[in-house]
Amino acid sequence: MQTQIIKPFQANTDFEVLSLDSADTAQRKKETWLSYVKYLVLGSFFGIILVKSEVISWYRIQEMFRLQSFHMFGVMGSAVVTGIISVWLIKRFNIKTINGEKIALQAKKFNKGQIYGGLIFGFGWAITGACPGPLFAQIGSGFSVVIVTLFSAIAGTWVYGYSREKLPH
Amino acid sequence: MIEFLKQPWAWYIAGPLIGLTVPGLLISGNKSLGISSSLRHVCAACLPAKIPFFNYDWKKEAWNLFFVAGIVLGAAIVALFFSNPAPVDITPKLVAELNQYGITEQQSLLPEQLFNWQQLLTAKGFFFMVFGGFLVGFGTRYAGGCTSGHAIMGLSSLQLPSLIATISFMAGGFIMANLILPFILKL
Repeated sequence: MQTQIIKPFQANTDFEVLSLDSADTAQRKKETWLSYVKYLVLGSFFGIILVKSEVISWYRIQEMFRLQSFHMFGVMGSAVVTGIISVWLIKRFNIKTINGEKIALQAKKFNKGQIYGGLIFGFGWAITGACPGPLFAQIGSGFSVVIVTLFSAIAGTWVYGYSREKLPH
Repeated sequence: MIEFLKQPWAWYIAGPLIGLTVPGLLISGNKSLGISSSLRHVCAACLPAKIPFFNYDWKKEAWNLFFVAGIVLGAAIVALFFSNPAPVDITPKLVAELNQYGITEQQSLLPEQLFNWQQLLTAKGFFFMVFGGFLVGFGTRYAGGCTSGHAIMGLSSLQLPSLIATISFMAGGFIMANLILPFILKL
């Protein structure tokens, strides 16, 4: 094993990898192969809505960014309102997971990457007409060429990881 | 019922259902909605290359990969059983604008005149599929999340960084769609 050189920039800026972020992952129940089925089912539910609401449509994204249609704003706005109410109810009534764990929400910290990266993603969103979720949904809908876009997005993620220490955060 | 399902769903039906994914994931397994992180897990699994950002136990995050596999599956279920047979109902203003650029058909959710395998080898196709995809992957990870992780999950839990990220997403999209894309589409 080579010894790892400690790089100057190691602060966490990505709060989506639970096993790296959360202090209380130790008390979480380990997932079994069977329990993964529920995420597959939830993902399918999510995929069906993404397609049926046409939010995976390049045209709908163009309409949104040209302020020509309310549809996308309605979808995202009502999704957020539903989410806010749900999270509030979970906290208010201390609702536990089906395994009886306390529900933990990761607090995110501000860094400039949220602005720079956000703008870059916004450019990509308007070009491809898709954020990462819709990329998967477009592929499932039969647009086989979007596999190329997905691979390119994976490459983009890799290049970010590779050049992370040199980027302003 | 099938006839109803075949129609596109209104925002006030689809939006709240998308929002319900947040408590769905929290209650079923203490998971926070976030899709772009799946791309990081793929890097960590396939090509970590001693990069610190990709050196973690991606298997602990495998649920996320099952979730995105589910998205593909769900979309395929729609395509097989209840897809909308009618063309996408687009605002006439946009149709008129796109006609100028030679995008004349709205039969499916993506303009197949732009997104197809033959186009991939042209400069325009490369820009829309390869370059655009790269920005999506690079930008979401730089921002620490995408529309699902920041705009839906982050805002649902009232996180200020997620609001900043969401405003940046929208600003980037507005700039690209209104100021840059018209020139690219003319090519």
